[in-house]
Amino acid sequence: MLCNHPNPATRRYTLRLLVLMSAYVGLLIFSKWMFRQGLGQGVLAYVLALLPAVPIIGVVWAVMRLLVEQTDEYLRMLLVRQTLFATGFALVVTSVREWLQNFDLIAPGDGGFGATFFWFAGLGLGGAINAVLERRAGNAE
Amino acid sequence: MNNRLKVLRAMRNWSQADLAARLDVSRQSVNAIETGKYDPSLPLAFRIADLFELPIEEIFQRDG
Repeated sequence: MLCNHPNPATRRYTLRLLVLMSAYVGLLIFSKWMFRQGLGQGVLAYVLALLPAVPIIGVVWAVMRLLVEQTDEYLRMLLVRQTLFATGFALVVTSVREWLQNFDLIAPGDGGFGATFFWFAGLGLGGAINAVLERRAGNAE
Repeated sequence: MNNRLKVLRAMRNWSQADLAARLDVSRQSVNAIETGKYDPSLPLAFRIADLFELPIEEIFQRDG
């Protein structure tokens, strides 16, 4: 959850997230199954490889839509702070990794943990920081 | 910016949730404004002023 106030924009976001994450799991299983069956060939291989990325991109869209649709200006400010934290967190982690790789101090590649993964992790951390600050201000729901 | 939101709300016997419902914002917003943690936008400040039937400057004042 990005915000703990269940207003219509937050409810729509939660629903979109559930649909997109379900689609992600389904498409990931489907793509892996297709490759295991030896059907990942030619152009279809590219389509199958990109299919699981579509709902992940959708989650980024859903977060941006929440920023647009959130009518409560204070909750929108909290969300802006959370997404800025997530962006900074992802940039810092991926920059540190890149420079360690540039000097051959760690293995190349990302082991499946790309910038988007760290952005989502940053969203979670940013949400936790917001929650702690809100609780300190006596603003817990 | 200072404000008299808490006093004005108390004079009407409204809870933060009551005021939030009247302003169509979250209770978190009301709390953040009352405690000076967040300054509302001009449109929201006007909505608050309209609700209390007071000029904005009688609700919100400059620091100091």
